[in-house]
Amino acid sequence: MKCNDCFQQISNYLEGEIDAALRRELEEHLGKCHRCQVVYDSTRKTIELYCDGKLFELPVGVRARLHAALRRHWEGQIR
Amino acid sequence: MAESPQVALKDDSALVTEAKAGSYAAFEELVNRYEKKIYRLGMNLTGNPEDAEDVLQEAFLKAFVHLPDFREDSRFYTWLVRIAVNEGLMKLRKRRSDKSVAIEDKVDDEGDVMPRDFADWKPNPEQQYAQAEIEAILRNSAQSLSPGFRTVFLLRDVDGLSTQETAEILGISEGAVKARLFRARLQLREELSKIFKRG
Ligand SMILES: [Zn+2]
Repeated sequence: MKCNDCFQQISNYLEGEIDAALRRELEEHLGKCHRCQVVYDSTRKTIELYCDGKLFELPVGVRARLHAALRRHWEGQIR
Repeated sequence: MAESPQVALKDDSALVTEAKAGSYAAFEELVNRYEKKIYRLGMNLTGNPEDAEDVLQEAFLKAFVHLPDFREDSRFYTWLVRIAVNEGLMKLRKRRSDKSVAIEDKVDDEGDVMPRDFADWKPNPEQQYAQAEIEAILRNSAQSLSPGFRTVFLLRDVDGLSTQETAEILGISEGAVKARLFRARLQLREELSKIFKRG
């Protein structure tokens, strides 16, 4: 496998969407090609960072304003 | 937040049924379940806290108003995300016409995406920056993608929607979702690499 083929498949590999033969080839390439290993690791890390549940906490004030607005609409609707 | 355990144990579709029948507690539980995710989506989609708060409020207010029309042919969450994405994209469009900033089509669907930066990253970069710093880095990097690519990345990789759900929400083919996801991931990686690579 060439590096370019490897890059093109990294995304599918992360999805678990490649067949067994291609997966073996890709893993073999990743095992001996540092550049591709870096791209694979950092792509995985990129996704992991955006998914980190500790980040982008909903601020207390924002949440309070949201619930107050919804409550107002709810009460307005009943009347 | 005082909520009855009965409400907290119910699945979304049961809560939707109860909310449609007039239970505010049921609707509020749906809000509790997804407010954090919708806020994060708003932050990453629009890139700033003010717009993210607007997206959050508008999305839930619209969900509330349109709940009687929700036919439940998709998950509640998917329906909610669709509303939030539309609100977010509207914000971006408004901002663009206000300030005439070109944000669409910075990248197109065609051509090869090739990684350029092959430097190792520092281990656990999230531990080497203050939380506010890392959030700003992520928000700003997401803004380097065109909205169409950014949205695919956020829906698929961050919100965990399926390729099919993402395609439906954005009105594009599943093939286009996959192609954009691939390019968005590599491009984001490239952006973050500038910051996180070993000095
Ligand atoms: Zn390689």
